[in-house]
Amino acid sequence: MPTSASTDRIEKQITLDAPRSRVWHALTDVEQFNGWFGVALQAPFVAGATVTGKLTVKDYDHLTLQVWIEAMEPERLFSFRWHPFAIDPSVDYSAEPTTLVSFTLGDDGDGTKLTIVESGFDAIPASRRAAAFTSNSAGWDGQVKNLQAFLANGVVRQSS
Amino acid sequence: MLERLAERELTVSELAAPYRMSLAAASKHIQTLERAGLVKRTVRGRIHYCRIDPRQLERADDWLRGYERLWDIRVERLRELLRHPDNHPADSK
Repeated sequence: MPTSASTDRIEKQITLDAPRSRVWHALTDVEQFNGWFGVALQAPFVAGATVTGKLTVKDYDHLTLQVWIEAMEPERLFSFRWHPFAIDPSVDYSAEPTTLVSFTLGDDGDGTKLTIVESGFDAIPASRRAAAFTSNSAGWDGQVKNLQAFLANGVVRQSS
Repeated sequence: MLERLAERELTVSELAAPYRMSLAAASKHIQTLERAGLVKRTVRGRIHYCRIDPRQLERADDWLRGYERLWDIRVERLRELLRHPDNHPADSK
């Protein structure tokens, strides 16, 4: 399939104006992670651990996020698995494949080169992708805007 | 099903064959994909042919790009946190 390369993964490469040690803490100290990610995970990140917590983004705060920590290589690699767009609380996602989210750190002058990759979308069942697509094509922008507002102000405008 | 359709156009019975499902069940499944706009069905004579609707797949790709925007926002928030001196881990540890 010609589109498979672009449908299986998301990749972000950014340069951060902070040393690797500091970026590492922002990513792996659960309290700092919760702050920028918009979630309230309840336990420290340790390789092999399963960590759960509620989302803290308004309108989505009834949803529980669960992540399975995989790699913890200090200041080099942090990765976890999760169920992407698991946003329907009435659906049991546990039997479905997960995607892998990885954060790879490298040097970039005085700063840090951070590569974020989420991969494995093609393994998500076609029916789920289709359902997620159809149920969200209208509401997607709203969800993005809500999160944007939450992250910018810590307050989210009531959309309904 | 979508993976096999990506290779070429298939009839409903060809699509159903590897799954040991009835034609009716396969047809129902294909209807779901049709409603999602991922598959297009054309009838020639008595045979139903299915193919991937490339325009819709592009939209599915758009959907992933929409999901990607969540990461863009998180990255912005991460930058913000790193700019804030109170969050310096060296001070707290």
